[in-house]
Amino acid sequence: MVPTNYYLILSAVLFGLGVLAFVFKRNIITIFMAIELMLNAVNLAFVAFGQALGKSDGGVFVLFVIVVAAAEAAVGLGIIILTARNRRSLNVERVDLLKL
Amino acid sequence: MPILENLWIIPLLPLLGSAINGLFGAKWPKAIVNSVALGSTGVSFLCAVEAVREFLGYYEGNHKAWVKPFFDWIVAGNFRAGFDLQLDHLTVVMLLVVTGVGFLIHVYSTGYMAHEGGYYRFFSYLNLFMFFMLILVLAANYVLLFVGWEGVGLCSYLLIGFYFLKKSASDAGKKAFIVNRIGDFGFMLGMFLLFRTFHSLDFSTVFEAASKPEVAVEPLGQFGVLTVACLLLFVGATGKSAQLPLYVWLPDAMEGPTPVSALIHAATMVTAGVYMVARSHILFTHAPTAMYVVAIVGCATAFFAATIGLVQSDIKRVLAYSTVSQLGYMFLACGVGAFGAGIFHLMTHAFFKALLFLSAGSVIHAMGGEQDMWNMGGLSKKIKVTYWCMLFGTIAIAGFPPFAAFFSKDSILFAAYNSETGGKVLYGVGLLAAVLTSFYMFRLIWLTFYGEKRYDEHHVHVHESPGTMTGPLMILAFLSLTGGWFALPALFGGKDYFAEFLSPVFGAGEAGGGEAAQSLEHILSIVAVVAATAGLLVAWRMYSKKVQRGTSEGMHKLLYNKYYVDEIYAATVVRPLVWLSTNVLWKVVDAGMIDGAVNGVADGAAAVGDAVRHTQSGNTRSYAVWVVIGAIVVLGIVFWPILHPALFGGVR
Amino acid sequence: MTAPVIIFFVLAALAVLASVSLILQRHPIHSALSLIVVMVALAGLYLLMGAEFVAAVQIIVYGGAVMVLFVFVIMLLNAGDEERTNFSKLATFGGIPLALALGGIIAAAIVRSSGHLPPPAASGAMSSTKQLSMLLFSEFVYPFELTSFLILVAILGAIVLAQREN
Repeated sequence: MVPTNYYLILSAVLFGLGVLAFVFKRNIITIFMAIELMLNAVNLAFVAFGQALGKSDGGVFVLFVIVVAAAEAAVGLGIIILTARNRRSLNVERVDLLKL
Repeated sequence: MPILENLWIIPLLPLLGSAINGLFGAKWPKAIVNSVALGSTGVSFLCAVEAVREFLGYYEGNHKAWVKPFFDWIVAGNFRAGFDLQLDHLTVVMLLVVTGVGFLIHVYSTGYMAHEGGYYRFFSYLNLFMFFMLILVLAANYVLLFVGWEGVGLCSYLLIGFYFLKKSASDAGKKAFIVNRIGDFGFMLGMFLLFRTFHSLDFSTVFEAASKPEVAVEPLGQFGVLTVACLLLFVGATGKSAQLPLYVWLPDAMEGPTPVSALIHAATMVTAGVYMVARSHILFTHAPTAMYVVAIVGCATAFFAATIGLVQSDIKRVLAYSTVSQLGYMFLACGVGAFGAGIFHLMTHAFFKALLFLSAGSVIHAMGGEQDMWNMGGLSKKIKVTYWCMLFGTIAIAGFPPFAAFFSKDSILFAAYNSETGGKVLYGVGLLAAVLTSFYMFRLIWLTFYGEKRYDEHHVHVHESPGTMTGPLMILAFLSLTGGWFALPALFGGKDYFAEFLSPVFGAGEAGGGEAAQSLEHILSIVAVVAATAGLLVAWRMYSKKVQRGTSEGMHKLLYNKYYVDEIYAATVVRPLVWLSTNVLWKVVDAGMIDGAVNGVADGAAAVGDAVRHTQSGNTRSYAVWVVIGAIVVLGIVFWPILHPALFGGVR
Repeated sequence: MTAPVIIFFVLAALAVLASVSLILQRHPIHSALSLIVVMVALAGLYLLMGAEFVAAVQIIVYGGAVMVLFVFVIMLLNAGDEERTNFSKLATFGGIPLALALGGIIAAAIVRSSGHLPPPAASGAMSSTKQLSMLLFSEFVYPFELTSFLILVAILGAIVLAQREN
């Protein structure tokens, strides 16, 4: 049997990599994908805990997370399309109208 | 006993008069302002008379002072200062003098101030002064006395600076208040010491505790607790009653209107110091060192001020230095243990000094505002009533019998002569001062009323004063003549009624005893009269004929410039303090530290804001980093119990 | 080294490598494909843990719908290689340490605390679809309804956003 800790550590590592991508990438779509990666890492942790405790709650939570992520992706990408059309660039560093 | 039960009515009436005049008087015609001011003072006088009558009746039955507490003012721990008023024989004398002479001066002022601006303000302040003086006189504990003490100082400031648009007047007001304050500091320290020793500041408690046999009389030369306390109280008295070294405000106080000089700086406020010392006589008799200091200071002041008065040319200045000198006599009396004689002189002085000041005011009024005696002359025929009143006052102050001051000054000099500690020296200096007093007062008479007129008739229309002014003058002249007759029988071997009246307060020790003392007293009286005559003759020789103002050099210059005392004070005290205020308190403490702290806080906030500003860079990636930092902080806090053993290795 | 552990390590390595690839790729489409690989690897891990329903949902919804959406958007926007701008010093120099710190804190917390959890059940007996749906429609019916509402709102939002300005 695989100890639960392994899954959890993997989840932490994936989460950290997601944060890294979030901070370093400049393309807005890639940043979005990093968010999806972080959500996936969290899903892994939920399932691992749920299975370890023998309850189905982990699965239910994952369901909700996936649904929310999907909705968020839909709306977020819509906004990205509009912004990209407006500013004619997908570089997040070009969107700096709030600069002092 | 309706009035005795409600003693507060006596000070309250002038207070009401002051408030009404102050708040509403600006728009009222003079007649209404007058009736409010005179009415309140007059009714207060009548209430005082009635209170005295009731008290004398009460005393027959009970043989103790009447003390009535009205309400608790300060209660803190075991300290209680109440609004308690008391009446005993000493208070009776002070009360009648303050209300009586006060009322006469109010009447006089209606005439004198008739053409002045701020009429209602004058009477408002004058009534306020009456209120505080009455509180001072009726108080039954040191705290309430101090309230009155400070209050009369305030009114003195307001009234001296009455012509506030004149710089010299407002400066004089400030000087009076500030010099008084220095004395008040000593007074307060004295009160603190008394409280610490007796655990109360009520007169009855303190004096009863001090008269117990176990409280020893502190030997001469030693500075025990009572001596130090009495000396500190006396410092307050030197400020208020213009003795050396805090007398410098009184001559400058002549900037105020003449009725103010008469009431406050002659008859009542300046005598508050004497009253306070007399009231505390039990403490002083237990501290001979303090009494000795009082006597020496009083005697020295009497002589010192008389020398300055010899050469002054302003009529009011002469009278001011004369006041300082006479106050010195009163303190001399208290210093040698003759408290009753001191109070007697206080009463007669109130009469003749008020008379002299009011007459001088009448002269000034007649001369259209001129105060320099060298610009007067030959007025005796023109303003007869004023002349005769002033003459009465002068004869009184010089000490000629049967006028009032002969008896009071005489008792003082006799008591000084008999004093064990250097009495002969004190007597000698006092006698010399009496000679000088007679000299400069008659000099004043001759310069002002005799000789040729040294003024221009076309510019100055000399006219007698109206009835409101001459009336009080005549009443005071009568009192200057008869006021001393209480002690008249003593001259012929009978009783001194005044000393007997005060004996419940001061004890009967001053009734002279024995034949030898009697004849010594007679001899000394005759010597005093001779001295006064000598002064009169010298003045007659020098000033009754044609005179003119000479140049001032040498000794004359020194005396004319008041021994340069004001200049010395300015250089040694005032300038260093101003320097300290400017360079330390202002530049370093106020601008540097306090402003620096306040501005520093503002600058700090601005600096913090400036630093935090950099987080708002507009760059999404840096925002992302801040989010991560925030997440690390939150997770760190949440996981801290799990993490920190790991960080520090092993089990804690 | 039993078989499950080996499979775990293979799948885990795959997921990690794919994530690293997501970071290192320049063109967003390559990042998207890397993300798909991550998701598939995770689906495998769910299967390993015995949560079949979740694995299926992961592939169908996440891999089949969300990622397709991403790819379509990349196509629509004609995204090219990433620009190499670098305006934020903070992100450049602080990024790696901070991300590592974050991951490290979580990992440390996990390692320190969860020593006594049993390993996930291999069989799907515990989390069968039936069990899950029973739970979903009894205890979690309120969040369930809310999420349906959320989807509705998202659809509406997407439609509104997609409209052209008239």
